[in-house]
Amino acid sequence: MARFTVFVHVMPRQGVLDPPGEATRSALQALGFPGVREVRIGRRIALDLEAQSREEALERARAMAERLLANPVIESFDVRAEEP
Amino acid sequence: MSAATVGVITFPGTNCDRDVLHAINRAAGRDAGLEAVSVWHEETDLSGIDAVVIPGGFSYGDYLRSGAIAALSPVMQAVRERACQGMPVLGICNGFQILLEAGLLPGAMRRNRTLRFICRPVTVRVERTDTPFTLLYGPGEVLELPIAHFEGNYFAWPDELDALERRGQVALRYCGPRGEDARVHDIYNPNGAAGAVAGLTNPEGNVLGLMPHPERASESLLGSRDGLRMWLSLGRWLAARREGRPAVATRAGGSADGR
Repeated sequence: MARFTVFVHVMPRQGVLDPPGEATRSALQALGFPGVREVRIGRRIALDLEAQSREEALERARAMAERLLANPVIESFDVRAEEP
Repeated sequence: MSAATVGVITFPGTNCDRDVLHAINRAAGRDAGLEAVSVWHEETDLSGIDAVVIPGGFSYGDYLRSGAIAALSPVMQAVRERACQGMPVLGICNGFQILLEAGLLPGAMRRNRTLRFICRPVTVRVERTDTPFTLLYGPGEVLELPIAHFEGNYFAWPDELDALERRGQVALRYCGPRGEDARVHDIYNPNGAAGAVAGLTNPEGNVLGLMPHPERASESLLGSRDGLRMWLSLGRWLAARREGRPAVATRAGGSADGR
């Protein structure tokens, strides 16, 4: 068994209005940052996992994201592993 | 005739459970033919329970997403099984969010478009009067009920929303004081909800989720009694079912609670 840190990135899906992202976009505009067309705010979840392999760790993280960590109606996710 | 039993579920962080118990047992009282009892979230056996209310609050501190953790609790597995057999289930506010996360109702909640926690009375229009919770309301009747939430901005993809409308699953809709449709008059949509959805039912009609709090509008002292008929409807529906007759959606008029 090896230990892996797997990061699950959960983001509002494209096309779903994200009120916190929209408020942040207009704040950036007010600060004078030009050209920010859209801001979407998601979250990064770090999982410290024991697994036989990196593939297994990623696979399990994906299952967790589908079941609980992301809401598939409004959120998409991807998983990335960090080498132990 | 003995009263039907309503299970009111408590999760860690639920805070409207006592209000619902009070509204059913005291405000609706014997007229409703209901007895509300407290059900802990670890309960797996709902035998002897005729209907379930999932009250509002902040189950599990709203961690991860509102309702996401509670949706996986043991009692929700039992609620899902019974709901599929036709048991009436009412989810209020966080209870609505839990029903969405549990997949018992379609869609999801986003933060309010104002990014503010909204706590005030709103007006909603009754779009369905054939559910166990709304049969004593008139079609299109306008109710004044309080809302208190940060995430009530309902979302469903446009094609899904169309399908929900076609199937008549929008049971309550935000509206103006004279019933003005908030889809047209956006000023009456408090949180940005798609389709101005305030309450949603499953295709069968036995599961209803709503953002407003009927338990906070069940006594004159609280400024509105418009929520009272939800409990009285449920009592009538359960009594009818027990007697094996259909719960006819009789229009009982403005003072249908008869008290």
